[in-house]
Amino acid sequence: MTTPGLNRRNLLKWTGVGATVMVAGSMLPNFGISAALAADLGAGDIGVLNYAYALEQLEAAFYTQVIKTPYEGITKAEASNLKAIRDHEIAHRDFLKKALGRKAIPGLEVDFSKVDFTSRKSVLATADVFENLGVAAYNGAGQLIKDVDYLAAAGSIVSVEARHAATIAALRSGFGSDAAGGKNVNSKGLDGALLPSQVLPQAAPFIVTPVTANSLS
Amino acid sequence: MNNQENFILDEIDPEVGERIDAGRRSLLSRYALPVAALGSAPLIIAASAQTAFAAGGLPKQVVDVLNFALTLEYLEAAFYKEANRSAGLIPRQYRRLFRTIGAHETAHVALLKGALGRAAVKAPGVDFTAGGKYADVFSNFETFVAVSATFEDLGVAAYKGQAGNLLGTPVLTTALQIHSVEARHAAAVRPLAGKSGFDGAFDKPKTKAQVLAAATPFLA
Repeated sequence: MTTPGLNRRNLLKWTGVGATVMVAGSMLPNFGISAALAADLGAGDIGVLNYAYALEQLEAAFYTQVIKTPYEGITKAEASNLKAIRDHEIAHRDFLKKALGRKAIPGLEVDFSKVDFTSRKSVLATADVFENLGVAAYNGAGQLIKDVDYLAAAGSIVSVEARHAATIAALRSGFGSDAAGGKNVNSKGLDGALLPSQVLPQAAPFIVTPVTANSLS
Repeated sequence: MNNQENFILDEIDPEVGERIDAGRRSLLSRYALPVAALGSAPLIIAASAQTAFAAGGLPKQVVDVLNFALTLEYLEAAFYKEANRSAGLIPRQYRRLFRTIGAHETAHVALLKGALGRAAVKAPGVDFTAGGKYADVFSNFETFVAVSATFEDLGVAAYKGQAGNLLGTPVLTTALQIHSVEARHAAAVRPLAGKSGFDGAFDKPKTKAQVLAAATPFLA
């Protein structure tokens, strides 16, 4: 994992509804390298899978760092849960990469400079954001998928993300209402569902690599 | 890599993308009118799900899936209603958890009933002791959480197994939004039953027949 400087990070600009989410590779200081690193998610089901792949890369990188540099006072139970979650996210990332084959976007450069990995509060708050964002992202992406096998694959992942969200909530505040999704489930009993154009701006502060979603709504 | 992952990977052919890109008929347009707005899916703009359903009617396949889901939600809602009013069953520190879960299941029942309108099935008779196997389900917390975890995991697998039948319909988003709530419940309850919140990186679906076989002991 690398944590590059603020200037490069600021070049990443996700924009509005259903539209282009991106920044030209040519704006980056090192044109040749940056252009090669820029990632367009693509169209159709490939675009959706790349979108999921990008989010799983982010999660996998985050938990890898969490386990590498455990926060102060981490308990055995916490470490064991977080390790399991890390392994799941890595499995999701690798699964999507394999499914995408040559159409996979490159490995993304991430930036967790806003996270204090020594702090339990900071780590679990970030985990909470990532897991709930992941659930809403998969829920919202389902309707964009056309192939039933890809839908099945996404379905097998999203409920694990929801299990993570509940696990993180329980670590943060015990087995109360939040562990059941109290904060994330609306009065109709429905979880979040967001489109890529709503999800990507929330992920953007953590991703350095220019990502475009020109063909994904 | 475990069997579960192999199961999923077997389903995926990276080259499938080629034929998808070639384009296929949009199921969405076929269903867009009658199912324009189940629940509050934020992706769909519509004023009233119920009137849209009543006016247009739902494809039979969708009705079947929703009634199947409704049956499970009736079961869960009744289960938590009984548990939450059973004095001395749930320790104080877990009462809010199970009240929230119960409220979600009740909301799911209302949502599905509203969507189905006159096509909705009636609530089934229930026997949460499963013919006496769980005789103390509402007096012994250990038994209660074991049955609760079973119901929640079953719900997750049931919705997952039906997702393909909803492909291309706006109902899919709503079903997914319920599916992940059931998964949150499962992961919140399982540790109280001495289990981890999850079984691995990929959750498996269950067919309708598998789900009904598991639920039948609890139906009177």
